[in-house]
Amino acid sequence: MLYIPGNNPAMLLHGGVYGADSLLLDLEDAVALNQKDAARILVRNMLKTVDYYGAEVCVRVNHLDTPFGMDDLNEIVPLQPNAIRYPKTETIEELDRLVQVITEIEDRHGLPHDKMKIHIMIETALGVQNVFEIAKFCKRVDAITIGGQDLTADMNIKNTKDGAGIDLARKMIVMAAKANKIDAIDTVFVDVDNEEDLRIETQYIKELGFNGKAVINPRQIDIVHEVFTPTEEEIRKAYRIIKEFNRNKALGIGVFAVDGKMVDAPVLTRANYVLELAGVDSDAI
Amino acid sequence: MQNSLGREIPEFIEGYGKTEPFSGAWTKLKKGEMSEITIPPPNKAKLAHQTKLTPNLEEAIAKTNPHDGMTVSFHHHLRNGDGLLVKTLDILAKMGIKNITLASSSLADCHTPILKYIADGTICKVWTSGMRGEIGKAVSEGAMQLPVIFHSHGGRVRAIHTGEISIDLAIVATSAADEEGNGTGTFGKSAFGSMGYSIIDMRYAKQVIVVTDNLVEYPCYPLSVTQNFVDYVVVVDSIGDPTKIASGTTRITKSPIDLLIAKHAADVIEHSGYFVPGFSFQLGAGGASLAVAKFMRDKMKRQEIHGSFLLGGVTSYCIDMLNEGLFKSVFDVQSFDAMVSSSLYNNKNHIEISAALYANPYNCGCMTNKLDIVVLGALEVDVDFNVNVLTGSGGYIRGASGGHCDTASGAKLTVVVCPSIRGRISTINQRVQTVVTPGESVDVVVTERGICVNPAQPELEQNLLKAGLNVKKIEDLQQEVENIVGKSKPVEYTDKIVGVVEYRDGTIIDVVREIKH
Repeated sequence: MLYIPGNNPAMLLHGGVYGADSLLLDLEDAVALNQKDAARILVRNMLKTVDYYGAEVCVRVNHLDTPFGMDDLNEIVPLQPNAIRYPKTETIEELDRLVQVITEIEDRHGLPHDKMKIHIMIETALGVQNVFEIAKFCKRVDAITIGGQDLTADMNIKNTKDGAGIDLARKMIVMAAKANKIDAIDTVFVDVDNEEDLRIETQYIKELGFNGKAVINPRQIDIVHEVFTPTEEEIRKAYRIIKEFNRNKALGIGVFAVDGKMVDAPVLTRANYVLELAGVDSDAI
Repeated sequence: MQNSLGREIPEFIEGYGKTEPFSGAWTKLKKGEMSEITIPPPNKAKLAHQTKLTPNLEEAIAKTNPHDGMTVSFHHHLRNGDGLLVKTLDILAKMGIKNITLASSSLADCHTPILKYIADGTICKVWTSGMRGEIGKAVSEGAMQLPVIFHSHGGRVRAIHTGEISIDLAIVATSAADEEGNGTGTFGKSAFGSMGYSIIDMRYAKQVIVVTDNLVEYPCYPLSVTQNFVDYVVVVDSIGDPTKIASGTTRITKSPIDLLIAKHAADVIEHSGYFVPGFSFQLGAGGASLAVAKFMRDKMKRQEIHGSFLLGGVTSYCIDMLNEGLFKSVFDVQSFDAMVSSSLYNNKNHIEISAALYANPYNCGCMTNKLDIVVLGALEVDVDFNVNVLTGSGGYIRGASGGHCDTASGAKLTVVVCPSIRGRISTINQRVQTVVTPGESVDVVVTERGICVNPAQPELEQNLLKAGLNVKKIEDLQQEVENIVGKSKPVEYTDKIVGVVEYRDGTIIDVVREIKH
């Protein structure tokens, strides 16, 4: 997921060409206070005109407690991007208010309530404590993301390279997302020239269970993709597992082995996930 | 009359003479020889043990019979750090010499002071491969009475052979030289690398002054330029500032768009059918073209593909690939930074070549003819794949022909890389403002929004499609970009011709007209 400052016309124009799965047009922290109106108008117009070549498009609005949140939603919700990203969410009461505001705007414009999703950002200790309730609040919430910079600031700790301070938060957020069958997206890696540590961190958060990672520079996209993309060997193995499963199922055999190892339900689930990432239709195998 | 690209070319251009319209990238070469007569090099004699050392540049120039209407040549190996061109013209102007033809292999921003000599009639004509900044602006606005003649690097050699550029005085900067004029650019405090362009100038110039800031014991070697062509030797405090050779063109870009284009270009090369062991390669400096090297290097290592030779303008990145064994040799007509100079001095597989061996179309074969793959930049490309590397979107001259059309003509695969949008202006247009390289010699255009293959290369297109690359028709890309940025208002020109663009074979591929201002 590529962050694009909402007041940068060139980046907004080119956002779709880099191959990111998802674009985050940012009206919040990337935009200076005196640029908020300009960014909102710019993002609104870009959403109307620019082809993002099939990437998911999300807009991070300002919180409703700020003077900009309501204006952001009034301009952006009618354009129905794939999702609204809501920052610094701490309680379900805040989320409830957001959903109500969005619903009212959609009603005013005769829009459905189930098309545009909500991505929640957890950026405070209180938000981390409440993340499970937030994740299960409503079906419109289909992703939870962690904001590492704000979270460490809220905790009054340094954001260290090993991420020790936010490790628990990362794990709680992943668990809440998984428990509610929604996506978990990791925070940005700010040292854009440090490709090696970005790779290490991405590998780690993948192993924790995150489904993706936010990036602040297009140069980071390939590294995140490389880490999350299954290897050829993994894809081949998953393919064999599903093929064997389908063959044995037709023969009425419940338990079987691939490469000498028993295949059970968790192995099948993982194999299906690998094939899904690889863009292979497992039903056609 | 119109040339074969439909460009309107007058039959006669004041200050240039009768024109021959461009008729195809290889049409004239098929004859197997140049139609024009080659002028003989000057006859000279020198007695033994006569000194060539002259106390200063003023005295040396005074000895060379400076006269009104003379042609003075310079190399541009010091690029934006050159300290001799302006100094020489200061001296000639002080002597009251008028109507000089300036024949520098290229002009950089540091040469801006010559504008005063254009204004006062000291300089009346210019031959060059390119110009930028204030000089380009002034010329575009009609500062010169006679048009500037833009040549390619190979075309310059041809023009010297035919006598179209008839050099009366060649000023040759060297970073090390001896009292007889043997010299090099490979070592010394002002080392700048290859002297590929000077080698030709010196052979045909009536008078040659070698200038150095590092006089060494006789004989100076390596022998980039040799004493048998040199009349006088002058020692100065400084020939220029070699730290300004690079001008930011030799570092790998961090621009995400340029990197993306470079990545696409490397993918194109990988799947083109030409990425095979022993391939030869050239790439431009700066922006996306240099960044292609980064991705090619990774691919070559991963697939264990080793190339044959690297050619052309050489950057430190080329040297890295040579030192890593990814290529066997580097043939260097111009070097882009100090590290390259040191490699040229120390590495026997890094070889200095003349502009004639590099790109002259009229000999028994230049090295661009042996190129498999070249990656080139562009200011603008049109739907016929014609490339403009000379005039910007506002119509002003701000680029250089360089070796663009030479290498495109020779390479089996010519890849042009450019962003589809610069600022708010489309670079993929119905018709480029100025053609420098004809579309028939361009195989593929790579942008961040898609890859366009010349319809004359259907097999290449199939290869790229099979590899899953984002191949589009150039007309579709042009429309897509126009939908984003709109149609630019055409630049308004007067009828006055301020630039004549020679194709490498000496035919006129286009002209540049004065901007209404």
